[in-house]
Amino acid sequence: MILGIDTSLGTTVAVVEADGVVRSEVGSTDPLRHAEVIGSLLARALTEASGAAAVGVPAPSVPRLDLTHVAAGMGPGPFTGLRIGVAAARAFALGRGIPVVAVVSHDAIALGHLLHAALQDADTPRFAVVTDARRREFAYTVYDGIDDDGLPVRVTEPALVPRDDLDARLNDLGAERREAHSVSGAMLALVAARALAGGRETGPAEPLYLRSPDVTLGHAPKRVTA
Amino acid sequence: MTGPLVLGIETSCDETGIGIVRGRTLLSNTIASSMDEHARFGGVVPEVAARAHLEALQPSIEAALAEAGVTLAEIDAVAVTSGPGLAGALMVGVGAAKALAVSLDKPLYAVNHLVGHIAADILDPEAAPLEYPTVALLVSGGHTSLLLVRDLTGDVELLGETMDDAAGEAFDKIARILGLPYPGGPEIDRAAASGDPAAIRFPRGMSRASDMAKHRYDFSFSGLKTAVARWIEQREAAGEPPPVADVAASFREAVIYVLVTKALDACARFEVPRLLLGGGVIANHRLREVAVQRANAAGVTVRIPPLSLCTDNGAMIAALASELISAGRRPSTLDFGADSTLPVTEIQVDERPHAGGSAE
Ligand SMILES: [Zn+2]
Repeated sequence: MILGIDTSLGTTVAVVEADGVVRSEVGSTDPLRHAEVIGSLLARALTEASGAAAVGVPAPSVPRLDLTHVAAGMGPGPFTGLRIGVAAARAFALGRGIPVVAVVSHDAIALGHLLHAALQDADTPRFAVVTDARRREFAYTVYDGIDDDGLPVRVTEPALVPRDDLDARLNDLGAERREAHSVSGAMLALVAARALAGGRETGPAEPLYLRSPDVTLGHAPKRVTA
Repeated sequence: MTGPLVLGIETSCDETGIGIVRGRTLLSNTIASSMDEHARFGGVVPEVAARAHLEALQPSIEAALAEAGVTLAEIDAVAVTSGPGLAGALMVGVGAAKALAVSLDKPLYAVNHLVGHIAADILDPEAAPLEYPTVALLVSGGHTSLLLVRDLTGDVELLGETMDDAAGEAFDKIARILGLPYPGGPEIDRAAASGDPAAIRFPRGMSRASDMAKHRYDFSFSGLKTAVARWIEQREAAGEPPPVADVAASFREAVIYVLVTKALDACARFEVPRLLLGGGVIANHRLREVAVQRANAAGVTVRIPPLSLCTDNGAMIAALASELISAGRRPSTLDFGADSTLPVTEIQVDERPHAGGSAE
């Protein structure tokens, strides 16, 4: 069983079996309160996955599920929130002595699109997952179909683009624009499950910041006398 | 060794601190600092600090467990700094601590960083038990606070704090003005060693009679910083190279004078003959020397935790949680956040409500 955690947009936590059966998925769409909600969402996802009724406040004891991996959404996404999920995924895995599987958050969104189309026997044209990157930029990743391991095929790696330039960029890449405002923890865990089954590594070891820390190099001290 | 085995996580500024204590016994004080990464910016850059915390957390936890000779399965509780501090940096620790507590199914204690600095004192095996009440002066690059501690786990009052820069920041800024590298504290100290502390009379911030009514225990270092800059510019305008040693010594003396004077004033006013010093700037030798000398003259006993526990660290966070547990406090809920301006009166954050009869 795989625990999926992603805070690249809202907060999402899910438990998925190795074969893809979703045991639980809970989340919050709040794009700011990741640190507040992550603990309770973890506890709820584990409790629901165990089939136990939520014992709730004030002192829930968390059922000991037989988890094998923690899937961590590595972004792209606004850094402050994104880091909370990665930190949580690593700490949770450490607590259970199990490995972390890094997943590109856009891959989870792409897999959702591809599975949805497959269910309807529809073809999916080349498309771009587009998410808010703040500071008048979008993050985007272009996908084209699904490979033999059942993983979305990335045509371009995650990158940033000024909002006004997005459509021209996607036009050049021949990709349909698909904006997303949430990530599914279950899809994230499913990407991890498929990557594990295929013996693949799909995500980066560190978060996809895509931006350098915003710092101005120290200049000479300002004069105080006129 | 008795008492709960607690793992503490501290990420409020630029040190990733993981501490492990059993009761009042220190088992590990593991610190990974990102100070070198900030050096070229002349101060702590929040985003750089937050990235470094994320990278350092897991290896630091593993190193702390190895040093303490315990496993995560043996841990009785997890503790974490909820605030005050840099929000983005705090959130990394909060996210990790919550996930670790849920993963281990162990209680979580969210605590106050400043009160943690006081709790560091109880980990000193040589020291006699902390007596109450005590005045505490906490000085670092992130804060300058004067507290009245009646009970570590139940009653801490803020007497005053800095209105602008923290004392440690003032050292960094003056070092830059003098062309000395970051962090400024040790550099100013080195430069001041051959200087005359009485050479230049720099202003003592928040010490005028007019300040005393409203800001008797508050600090301000921005005026001092401007005064030093102006003094140096005047020298340069006159074509004279500034006497770096004398400036460093005189500046340091002005800072120390205000810190010690206000702390001892609080001891006198509240009739508390005890002063606890904490925070990274306490590593400043001259500050400790002046504090001890003047406190002795005033009949005040000075306590200083081991310097390795004065800088930001996770052991003090674990120690505070351990005291809270011993005092019968319930764990925090899982719903608290990072609070960059957490008041010192909130020693523990978001304590869980009573179980209401159900077995706990
Ligand atoms: Zn501190």
